[in-house]
Amino acid sequence: MSTESDHAKTANGTMEFRAGTPGRGGGIPLFAPPPVDQIAVEERAASLAKRSIKKAAKVAGLKLAIRMMDLTTLEGKDTAGKVRQLCRKALTPLDSDPSLGPCAAICVYPNFVAIAKEALAGSTVKVASVATAFPSGQSPLSIKLDDTKRAVDFGADEIDMVIDRGAMLAGDYAKVFDEIAATKEACRHAHLKVILETGELGTYDVVRKASDLAIAAGADFIKTSTGKVQPAATPPVTLVMLEAIRDHYYATGRKIGMKPAGGVRTAKQSLHYLVLVKETLGDAWLTPDLFRFGASALLNDVLMQLEKERTGVYQASEDFSKD
Amino acid sequence: MSTQELSRTKSAIDKSTASLALEFGHAWDYAPAPEAKDHVRIQPRYDLFVGGRWTAPKSGKYFLTTSPSTEESLAEVAEASAEDVDLAVKAARTAYEKYWAKMRPAERAKYIFRIARAIQEKARELAIVESMDGGKPIKESRDVDIPLAAAHFFYHAGWADKLDYAFHGRKVRPLGVAGQIIPWNFPLLMAAWKIAPALACGNTVVLKPAETTPLTALLLAHIIEEAELPPGVVNIVTGAGPTGAALVAHPDVNKIAFTGSTEVGKKIQKAIAGSRKRLTLELGGKAANVIFGDAPLDQAVEGIVNGIYFNQGHVCCAGSRLLVEESVHDVVVKKLKDRLQNLRLGDPLDKNTDVGAINSKMQLEKIKELVAAGEHEGATRYSAPCALPDKGYWFPPTFFTGAAQASRIAREEIFGPVLTVMTFRTPDEAVEKANNTMYGLSAGIWTDKGAKIFWMAGKLKAGVIWGNTYNKFDPTSPFGGYKESGFGREGGRHGLSAYVEVV
Repeated sequence: MSTESDHAKTANGTMEFRAGTPGRGGGIPLFAPPPVDQIAVEERAASLAKRSIKKAAKVAGLKLAIRMMDLTTLEGKDTAGKVRQLCRKALTPLDSDPSLGPCAAICVYPNFVAIAKEALAGSTVKVASVATAFPSGQSPLSIKLDDTKRAVDFGADEIDMVIDRGAMLAGDYAKVFDEIAATKEACRHAHLKVILETGELGTYDVVRKASDLAIAAGADFIKTSTGKVQPAATPPVTLVMLEAIRDHYYATGRKIGMKPAGGVRTAKQSLHYLVLVKETLGDAWLTPDLFRFGASALLNDVLMQLEKERTGVYQASEDFSKD
Repeated sequence: MSTQELSRTKSAIDKSTASLALEFGHAWDYAPAPEAKDHVRIQPRYDLFVGGRWTAPKSGKYFLTTSPSTEESLAEVAEASAEDVDLAVKAARTAYEKYWAKMRPAERAKYIFRIARAIQEKARELAIVESMDGGKPIKESRDVDIPLAAAHFFYHAGWADKLDYAFHGRKVRPLGVAGQIIPWNFPLLMAAWKIAPALACGNTVVLKPAETTPLTALLLAHIIEEAELPPGVVNIVTGAGPTGAALVAHPDVNKIAFTGSTEVGKKIQKAIAGSRKRLTLELGGKAANVIFGDAPLDQAVEGIVNGIYFNQGHVCCAGSRLLVEESVHDVVVKKLKDRLQNLRLGDPLDKNTDVGAINSKMQLEKIKELVAAGEHEGATRYSAPCALPDKGYWFPPTFFTGAAQASRIAREEIFGPVLTVMTFRTPDEAVEKANNTMYGLSAGIWTDKGAKIFWMAGKLKAGVIWGNTYNKFDPTSPFGGYKESGFGREGGRHGLSAYVEVV
């Protein structure tokens, strides 16, 4: 049993945001998301992966995927030069075909928000910044909120936060909920994407729980992964999260967005994710406003497939800019 | 949002009657993805496969087999008369005495393995022909029917030389000539279910495929020919009811195995009463698919779809009665409605087709008649809003809510893509309603509690019970019914006893 003093010991300032009774498993009374059957949900995701997407459907799907992409660089070795190059790529994914793109957003660390903002000025491409002590989230809440506020001050249009997976697995749902709610407040006008880091959550049941918590706490988007943990996005995990979004829509009419991130590397994979969205949530979600891919390597493979469809032959990978 | 609101959200989902429907339109359509069929060779005419030879029927008669999705004729097929059946049984008897019963079991296994491998090698062709002749979606014939047919031959080939260990140390001997009559819903798979155990146990076979779907059994005859089985070990006689009746009535048949309607099953049982023929019957069903409130509902909805719309509901073990706990009835129905919008009905050869054509005009009429009865009895009908092709036999995925336990749609086997949804309040009531049928072939149980699955499985009078899944088949697992769903088991060690005498 957790007690008040256990929580005081964490000394991370979350107490003031607590909505429910703190405690392991007893965090939020009556909070009982539906169970998820692992075998059946994996089977469903696999069956949707068998949809055959050819010709016009393939081209339309891949063009849509480009417009849904959050082109991402999140490395210790990121520089202003690298970020500017990536912005350029997001604006014009393929010089020879200006009808493609632009991508939905650039996703960077807070230090590069201002640079990206400048490089993308006048365009529709958003700047997303990770925040809240990304990727582990293992810092006091005050630092996470400060991280968020600064990123917004730098000009971020979107904030990609991480949840406290430790608290999630320990059953301290109130803490997870409160931190998301507080971050949402700190975002002000910026859109909030909540990264569940599903690769650390262990079961689909916990993924579903975390999805429901994040949505209830104010997430505009829920996102699978930081890209720093394996496995990152998978089709069944995405399906579970889409189902949480669907139930929330049924109950409230509010549309939450979805972002699989990490592990989506090929054009074919991206089409399968679009199939999942199309057949789980329908037409309304087939837009960059409600579905994004967090990816870096994906774009060039999509471009290569589109060029193949246009010309009938595969180009060398060297024919596409590697930003 | 506060935690109180959160819990309210949860209960709102459960009780929601709001009209927030999702839209599954044309924002991003799939292009047609037809499976190429140009390499598939269907002969203009098929004779009978008797004694290892293709022989013209003594009757001189042929009938047409057509594609239910296009109404085009695919081939002429021989109609076996009583005389032809007699020749086939004689060939099987000769093969039994001369070759098959004398052969070392390990040698028998080699032939059966050969058949299994050839089915795998020709899987694509078999799948295409199955979909053309029967109307089922290519994704099902490709991913279910054909691989399972091969698996049944592989599995039983393995038993051929181990029969001495299958019956608690007791020895067995084959029965002799087995007469086997199979239905049109899984043409090749049912042929495999019948032929593989019979051969493994040392019997020879006369098989009669259904008259609407004879083609894959005839392709299997070609495979058997190429596998160089001794002549007469497997004989394929095509024809309709009278051909089957001649086979049942033949005095030199030792065993009849029938899969089909309860009505015909009863006739067969009458016909062979008093004879020494052994009999197994796998007949109709009206299975309960039971969904408890604590079930993983999104996956349960997939289970409902797989239970009743798989193979257009032409499945004897289809989950055609949905018993859903009243507390989650509305949310399950809402989810099911949205799910139905995503079922793609159309060309069976399109790789994205989920629901194919109804197998025959006659079956379509039967479905329509029962659906009309359901409407007349006051149940509420919902059909998927999909366009039906102009040619061929089609019925949209449909379900009824508010049906009475006593109504025809809750009692009679529809054998089509039509589900009857009813509610229960307690587990005991669920058991009572699930068992309240003349059938007892299969059932499904959906709950997050393992103990409840086991508790309920022990109380259901059904031969096959699935927990948190539906319509899963495996050659190692015995399949068969209670009550008017028949007797005898197919598959697994239990299935062997239908083809041997324990000595």
